[in-house]
Amino acid sequence: MAATNIEVWQRATVAEVRNVAQGIQRIELEPEQPKRAEPGSHIDVNVVIEGNVQKRSYSVVESSEDGRRLVISVMKAPQSRGGSLYMHTLQAGDTLEITQPLQNFPLRVGAERYILLAGGVGITAIVNMARVLKSLRADYTLVYVGRSRTAMAYLAELQELHGENLVVHVDDEGTALKVDELIASAGLDTELYMCGPIRLMDAVRRAWTERELDLPNLRYETFGNSGWYDPEEFIVKVPRLGIEAKVGQGRSMLEALEDAGADMMFDCRKGECGLCEVRILELDGAIDHRDVFYSERQQHAAEKMCCCVSRGITSKTGAKADASPDGPAVITIDVS
Amino acid sequence: MTVVQSQSSTTNKVLGHPLNAWYVAAWDHEVTRKPMSRRIANRPVALYRTEDGKAVALADACWHRLAPLSMGKTIGKDGIQCPYHGIVYNSAGRCVSMPAQETINPSATVPSFPVVERYRYVWVWLGDPTMADPDLVPDMHQMTSPEWAGDGETIHADCNYQLVLDNLMDLTHEEFVHSSSIGQEELSESDFVVSHDGNTVTVTRWMLNIDAPPFWLKNMRDKFPGFEGKVDRWQIIRFEAPSTIRIDVGVAKAGTGAPEGDRSQGVNGYVMNTITPETDRSCHYFWAFMRNYRLESQLITTQLRNGVHGVFGEDEAMLKAQQEAIDANPDYEFYNLNIDGGGMWVRRLIERMLVAEGRLATSA
Repeated sequence: MAATNIEVWQRATVAEVRNVAQGIQRIELEPEQPKRAEPGSHIDVNVVIEGNVQKRSYSVVESSEDGRRLVISVMKAPQSRGGSLYMHTLQAGDTLEITQPLQNFPLRVGAERYILLAGGVGITAIVNMARVLKSLRADYTLVYVGRSRTAMAYLAELQELHGENLVVHVDDEGTALKVDELIASAGLDTELYMCGPIRLMDAVRRAWTERELDLPNLRYETFGNSGWYDPEEFIVKVPRLGIEAKVGQGRSMLEALEDAGADMMFDCRKGECGLCEVRILELDGAIDHRDVFYSERQQHAAEKMCCCVSRGITSKTGAKADASPDGPAVITIDVS
Repeated sequence: MTVVQSQSSTTNKVLGHPLNAWYVAAWDHEVTRKPMSRRIANRPVALYRTEDGKAVALADACWHRLAPLSMGKTIGKDGIQCPYHGIVYNSAGRCVSMPAQETINPSATVPSFPVVERYRYVWVWLGDPTMADPDLVPDMHQMTSPEWAGDGETIHADCNYQLVLDNLMDLTHEEFVHSSSIGQEELSESDFVVSHDGNTVTVTRWMLNIDAPPFWLKNMRDKFPGFEGKVDRWQIIRFEAPSTIRIDVGVAKAGTGAPEGDRSQGVNGYVMNTITPETDRSCHYFWAFMRNYRLESQLITTQLRNGVHGVFGEDEAMLKAQQEAIDANPDYEFYNLNIDGGGMWVRRLIERMLVAEGRLATSA
């Protein structure tokens, strides 16, 4: 694995852009300083949003042997922070700033059995792993979950390559994944790698824990960009600093606090490390915890939150029906 | 990884090492429940055994603040605990416990390197793990075969690993470096034959009807008490990429058919050598001397080990001095002699491996 996470920035040229599913663009890149991407790796990309440069992470779907050709795929998410909209404007011949491949989601060679689980565009992190497991003749099942077939990228290619090792669940065909059944099929020697919406990953983690399987065998990657609820605009207040800021749908609470002049501590910006933790003093609404740093117990207690990814919602119960028409949730916090 | 400029003459003075290869990390008995550290191919590696006795090789740097895991302790069934903040990893390098939080950061892993235990050694693969096929472990079967007995040691050699390979691929130096034990003038007077394929190089040398040097006379007398007379002596050096060399050595009573295949009137040993690069200018040189006669004699095992220890001590001093001279004369090149034929094929096979890994530019 020999993972390295030193960011080496370089220019890359867009070689080809192609639509591979509803709202999903396949983007082929030619980096100036090629390095082969191992399965599970991603690149960071500088995206331009309203004239500002921001960093986004995208899984490497394919890499040529020498790394001269890297493929990512991006889903247009109108309600997200704007990076995907920028990526969808790219055309062949455009250049952009990217890192060499980085690795936070290494595939371990040598497990007895593998389950690869992809939800929606999460397939981008899984495609390369599946290809390697097939070439190693490993015992694996690739489970691919989506809303509808038209929204599922690479489906035909995956079917061709993986045949019976591929199991597809499609919501609008009434074949939605039953997480408990999937996890019941896992044994003590099974490693499960997943990438998908946080609802799916939370459900898998719960089922995995209930079956008392070995937690280190459950591998996942989150880029902190999905929640249990659609993003809403909300208000954050820091009384000690006299800050009251609006957090728009496409902004994170951390970014809004930085914009308002708060000196914030953070690191991963994807809800893993816990450094951006803020203390909740008062809450009008509820928290959509989008991190993997807190345990379920801690998230439920709602005393703290990871402000890099988690958000306020109006519904006090979290149920959609309880969403308040009167307007935004208000989170009053203190920061370190 | 730095791309080193290749020279068409195949004489890089400091040759890089392939990463897609099995290297010996340690003798099997060195790896225990108490973690140890060894730098292999420029990468510090923590080695330990699980409760079940399985050897484990992890990057010797905690994910968190890079403290050496080898200073920590083994914990539970297969874990190791960082000595600094107590983070625990399992044998796959995955964090299983993190201080002061209820969850584990999913990114928290340290590289876990593929391991094979074979021929009394623990082998590790530092390159692409998807290519780590155990069948690629170099053949050193004499180490564990019931038809052979012997033992060996490790030399920490202060030189680029290639200098050791050069040393072993051309035994002409025995005449000058090892004059009191195995050296004799017939070495540089006799002809040798070099052959190679994609992965191996063989150098064969026969010296017929000569006096046995002291080391071999003693061995002959161990098998044939009171032996006197001329011998036929052979050295068949077999290299297997990237850094294992077995040397089939021996002497037989002159004219009894050894060159034709009948070695019954002689003594046969195998000098087992496998070299693991440590840094660009140092290496771990694992050697053993195996024999196929008087298998029951621990005395002979010890005598041979001690004898070879003395011989290799002479090489060690020469290799260190050579590396120092290379570094002190950066503007001087290597030149090659006819006797370097074996060593030059070794260099070419290694350079091909480096090119395949994209770590050596091909010369135009």
